Amino acid sequence: MLILTCPHCGIAADETELAPGGEAHLKRAGPEASDVEFEAYMFARRNPLGVHFERWRHAMGCGKWFIAARATDTLEVFGTYPARTEAPPADLVRRIRRKRPEWEGLP
Amino acid sequence: MRRYSAWAILREGLRLHRGWPRVWENPETRAAYDVVIVGAGGHGLATAYYLGKNHGITDVAVLEKGWLGGGNTGRNTTIIRSNYLQDPSAAIYEKARSLYETMSRDLNMNVMFSPRGVMMLAQTEHEKRGYLRIAEANALQGVSTEFISPRRVRELVPMINIHGPRYPVLGALWQPRGGTARHDAVAWAYARACSGMGMHVIQQCEVTGIESRGGRVSAVNTSRGTIRCNRLALVVAGHSGRLAEMAGFRLPIESVALQALVSEPVKPMLDVVVMANTVHGYISQSDKGELVIGGGADGFNNYTQRGSFHHIEETVRALCETFPAIGRLRMMRQWGGIVDMTGDRSPILSKTPLAGCYVNCGWGTGGFKAIPGSGWAMAELVANDAPGPLAAPFSLSRFREGRFIDESVAAGVAH
Ligand SMILES: Cc1cc2nc3c(=O)[nH]c(=O)nc-3n(C[C@H](O)[C@H](O)[C@H](O)COP(=O)(O)OP(=O)(O)OC[C@H]3O[C@@H](n4cnc5c(N)ncnc54)[C@H](O)[C@@H]3O)c2cc1C
Ligand SMILES: [Zn+2]
Repeated sequence: MLILTCPHCGIAADETELAPGGEAHLKRAGPEASDVEFEAYMFARRNPLGVHFERWRHAMGCGKWFIAARATDTLEVFGTYPARTEAPPADLVRRIRRKRPEWEGLP
Repeated sequence: MRRYSAWAILREGLRLHRGWPRVWENPETRAAYDVVIVGAGGHGLATAYYLGKNHGITDVAVLEKGWLGGGNTGRNTTIIRSNYLQDPSAAIYEKARSLYETMSRDLNMNVMFSPRGVMMLAQTEHEKRGYLRIAEANALQGVSTEFISPRRVRELVPMINIHGPRYPVLGALWQPRGGTARHDAVAWAYARACSGMGMHVIQQCEVTGIESRGGRVSAVNTSRGTIRCNRLALVVAGHSGRLAEMAGFRLPIESVALQALVSEPVKPMLDVVVMANTVHGYISQSDKGELVIGGGADGFNNYTQRGSFHHIEETVRALCETFPAIGRLRMMRQWGGIVDMTGDRSPILSKTPLAGCYVNCGWGTGGFKAIPGSGWAMAELVANDAPGPLAAPFSLSRFREGRFIDESVAAGVAH
């Protein structure tokens, strides 16, 4: 069972208390975007084997959105931070790099 | 390849079964093949088989990182049906179902296809309307299904709790020629037939990279060295995202865990497949007497082949409510597979941005039933570098064009 700590209220919630929201840090394609750009934003997914950044909502708790950095091959959790953060916090990125030297980072 | 027959069993019986040859060869890799297929699950093997059988292409290797059929093909609950809503789905799933009818004969191996009937319970008014709509659609598509009354449901499955407290049974969508088959045997039968045509089925050969020259695929790097190819088919289900990354493109696919479980064996109590999509559970009884049970998929990306316990809890709770008689059975085994989910819950059989490279994926929680039809359509695509009528609607471009084949409503949770 996946347990994530909500960065808003500090509760370590198991997945039955949370709602998954898909890949994080997607850049929304603007009104002038081409079909290809919009397709990439709407549908194409990284779906990585390894480090992944993912949106979650503390649905049965405070109701707020946050982002979890975790590994899809082991279910290890590296950390969580509020959803309005534009890029993963630097200390979290350092921690992930230490544990996963092969990780190529977010494009 | 020696033919299997009653006579062969008799003859070998007299020789204490010492004369059976290998079911398929275990060859060394060659430096190059015309077609390389990644993934020896049902879909990859069926693709190879129809390349040979329908298109005369036999310079083919199927590369498998683990053991043959060790992916979702050997992990699924083997439900076969074709009662989908959209016309392109009905076409490819019904093609597959009809090929299952003759598969044992065609491949000369008993795949235990058992058209025992598949029943999808309607347990809310909304679901009932949905199934009535599918029954009408199926009538137009030439797929034989009907919407049956609660009384008929009870005749077919006496142990069902029709007046369930939360979700009474309001009827069911019934496909009498749906059923089950032996999953391993399907993979083995195709592997044997491919091997018999001189193709190479190579296990423990993981693809780790894809090479291209001038925008065209040229080779794959594997744990057994580099293998050149003219054409490459990626048929790796939950690992499609990984292979696409190697080939330099992204897919509209997320990989999640889906689980199943089986009970201790009991005497015959259920001779059809029952699916209860509202409460997220489905059940059938194997020839050994075990109840084969499955439910919903996890909601988050995962490659660990183990799912979350609360899904099992939900599934078992739903089934105990629907079939009170099974409440005290013990469960023997539980496992998971990594399924490849697309947004519209329909598969992808398509050319890709890399010339000469094709994908067959996105079958998600329900591709066992599609294996022969998918292989048929995929072989056509690879052989002609253009999709035939079965594959054409399932191209990658449908996402850009907003031309979805939406089966998420029709298929509910399941299979
Ligand atoms: C629990 C469960 C229940 C299901 N129930 C049903 C059901 O009742 N009915 C139904 O129709 N469908 C069902 N499905 C779905 C069905 O199992 C799949 O859609 C189908 O088996 C997919 O077949 P495949 O050949 O595409 O993939 P797989 O059988 O998964 O084969 C892909 C193969 O590719 C290999 N591979 C991956 N990466 C590499 C690499 N880098 N190099 C070499 N090889 C690689 C894997 O090892 C694997 O063997 C279920 C699935 C699960 C998990
Ligand atoms: Zn919270």
